[in-house]
Amino acid sequence: MSDLKSFYEGRAADANGVTVRDAGLQGMITLRGDLANAKLKAAVKKACGQAVPAARRAVITGGRGAAWMSPDELLILVPYAEAAATAAALALALKDQHHLAVNVSDARAYITLTGAGVDEIMAKCAPVDFANFAVGEFRRTRIGQVAAAFWKDEAGAFHIVAFRSLGDYVFDLLATSAKAGLVNL
Amino acid sequence: MLTLTCPYCGVAAEETELTAGGEAHLKRFGPGSSDDDLETYLFLRENPKGVHFERWRHSFGCGKWFLAARDTNTLEVFGTYPAQSKAPPKPIKDAITAKRPGWSWREFK
Ligand SMILES: [Zn+2]
Repeated sequence: MSDLKSFYEGRAADANGVTVRDAGLQGMITLRGDLANAKLKAAVKKACGQAVPAARRAVITGGRGAAWMSPDELLILVPYAEAAATAAALALALKDQHHLAVNVSDARAYITLTGAGVDEIMAKCAPVDFANFAVGEFRRTRIGQVAAAFWKDEAGAFHIVAFRSLGDYVFDLLATSAKAGLVNL
Repeated sequence: MLTLTCPYCGVAAEETELTAGGEAHLKRFGPGSSDDDLETYLFLRENPKGVHFERWRHSFGCGKWFLAARDTNTLEVFGTYPAQSKAPPKPIKDAITAKRPGWSWREFK
């Protein structure tokens, strides 16, 4: 197999107690279909161990889980090495109904933002009310000028998903935001 | 700054997360229609100072199209509703009437 690398080869940037990190290769599957359908619900549970999340929620632990992208779309997370097989299993389970299951792992950049004050670093880059952004909430929006999605884990860290070709832009923007420091909102 | 609540995902999205899609509730006139109807469909738009109905897309969010009723003069938003609606739903019309009694827009009032 070829030498697989994530978009910034695991680079990290530290500033003012905040770390921006290329979190490496993460398996991601786009699943579209009727989210209320029993077959789809069962297939999702089997694929990632989680139930279909409620609107704008994500249930993700240890790089495995599901996030609500839109009324007819989920993002399924599994370890990178399992993504192709999981996408194939989803497609097989749903072959008799209208759906789409695609392994998009290599089309994505996966970035984490950790440390104290990450809410403020994010608030400078996305039009979201971070004072009221809950753990487990999943948000699709823009970061700077590009589309991105993110969730916040129990430790308060942000997990950010963007297009791989725009990963360096998102990383550099967050790193610059961190470097400029907190604005003490 | 305009903030519209997407009826599909419930996010109160500010303008930069959305894409404007022009006037809502256009009736399409295609092949076989009269020249006047085709011209009206293609080119003639409402341009009110006041109550207006528009299409918007939650383009950086869930990606869905929806419709919005707002006041172009005050930027007040009366409500948003699914793109599949052929006419403004009653709660939207009631919200407008409460603030702008006697309003009308194309065939709606
Ligand atoms: Zn939306």
